[in-house]
Amino acid sequence: MNTQSVAANPVISGVAKTAPVETVKCRRLIYRHTLPIRIMHWINVIVLPLMFLSGMQIFNAHPKLYWGNRSDPGTAILALGAREDQAGNPIGVTRIGRHEFITTGVLGVSNDRDGTPDERGFPSWLTLPGTTWLAMGRRWHFFFAWIFVLNGLCYIAYSLVRKHLQRDLWPTPADWRGIGRSILDHLRFKHPHGEQALRYNILQKLAYLIVVFVFGVGIVLMGLAMSPRMDAVLNPLVAAVGGRQSARTIHFIVAWAFVAFVLIHVIEVLISGAFNQLRGMITGYYGIDVVEPAAAAISTQAHGHE
Amino acid sequence: MSDRRSFLRIAIVGAGSIVAAACDRISNSGWGPSVLDQAEGLNRRVQGLLAPSATLAPEFSEADISAVFRPNGTTMPATAAYQALLASQFRDYRLQIDGLVRRSASLSIDDLKKLDMRTQITRHDCVEGWSVIGKWQGTLLSAVLDHVGVEPQARYVVFHCFDDMDPGSPYYESLGLTEARHPQTLLAYDLNDKPLPVPNGAPLRLRVGRQLGYKQAKYLSRIELVHSFAALGGGNGGYWEDQGYEWYAGI
Repeated sequence: MNTQSVAANPVISGVAKTAPVETVKCRRLIYRHTLPIRIMHWINVIVLPLMFLSGMQIFNAHPKLYWGNRSDPGTAILALGAREDQAGNPIGVTRIGRHEFITTGVLGVSNDRDGTPDERGFPSWLTLPGTTWLAMGRRWHFFFAWIFVLNGLCYIAYSLVRKHLQRDLWPTPADWRGIGRSILDHLRFKHPHGEQALRYNILQKLAYLIVVFVFGVGIVLMGLAMSPRMDAVLNPLVAAVGGRQSARTIHFIVAWAFVAFVLIHVIEVLISGAFNQLRGMITGYYGIDVVEPAAAAISTQAHGHE
Repeated sequence: MSDRRSFLRIAIVGAGSIVAAACDRISNSGWGPSVLDQAEGLNRRVQGLLAPSATLAPEFSEADISAVFRPNGTTMPATAAYQALLASQFRDYRLQIDGLVRRSASLSIDDLKKLDMRTQITRHDCVEGWSVIGKWQGTLLSAVLDHVGVEPQARYVVFHCFDDMDPGSPYYESLGLTEARHPQTLLAYDLNDKPLPVPNGAPLRLRVGRQLGYKQAKYLSRIELVHSFAALGGGNGGYWEDQGYEWYAGI
């Protein structure tokens, strides 16, 4: 994101004081997302669903979660299972701690591609491949894990070098003071349209920082913590989170936290101007409403309007 | 609004189905898996750098041992050869070691106990995702390899097992020589201070500290040193490898 062109523009900041001058409201396109950021963003759009769906395939091989190092029978904190009702039909049972929920059709028991009920943790439409095929799910997962990790490392390196992280993502004291206002704005689905829209608000900044450095780094480390070979060197980390099964549980929870982030992210994009946001992430150019003296508006229209 | 919503729904479901169908086509194609497989060699090399050969799998205390060591796969080999050994409580059991070795050998459990042994409490991680912890006592595979003398052209140690996975298709596994000589790679005869139970691989099984459960071959009948495993089974170095699982099971 490049906010410099606007912040340095004396015409805009001086607008309020020069009231007698005739002003006009117009749309201006600002180059907001650089090419590397756009490429890395769209790589994630492809990689995250593939990682998630192949991850659910791997989870389905043993659709239970535990805490600690062992997976002792009866100690699962989450279990997607199946049993038969009195008529002998399979019913899906989701157990969270001691609470049981009947989840036939989605969790525990769901229809196969050919429409017959099958015992499986997550349904076929949430796994890659759609059939029960652990070996292939692992191939997809461990291939795209490399792309996810390399893409993430490139993003962090690029953001540090180009000061994207320091300038656009790191919260300023003013951001922290405005956190109450920002929460209210989000609850009212109020989005800025002027030059304010070019800056990330505090909640956005925190969301992106948490996604990159807590979710992103965390899910990779927890994935590595499940690798028996890596445990030979990562054991302090594995022990710190309680054991390999804890790492598996955290890995699973963070995967779903990514889903929650993506859902909120997509909803925010939709309600804050889907076309403008998509153009911003595809071409780099993001449109904002500005108020300018009438004379300046003519030159603006020459280089970008809708 | 409801029109727009149902359009959105149809668009999402439609796009999802197309992507899912495309992914399934890739999974079932010839080139797709071979591209995805490139990650396996990368994982093996990078993990080898990050966790070098000498590093040890974590070991646990007696208090961490699982009450039941969950068996998986075969729990009672049905083959006549195994049933005969079981009937005599493995008194006549001999581990055959041959292939690219200087001196082929045929060792009883007592013979193995005369070589360097080790006791370790390690975690067993199944490819499915579960873990159990057990105490293993066994002979170092490196000691057995030294006992027979490995020919310089040998690259892999192949483990042949008594149990048939499909009729006429016995379980087998293989390790590279470095992993075979790792100090936590054992031919284990005791589990939790008792002779190995049948469901866990009696009388002798492989323990590899830093790889997944399917590498830990049970019911060992013969160890063979080879230059290549291309001619064995489906040519991928193990029964599960022939079903599409990775030969390198460190992840």
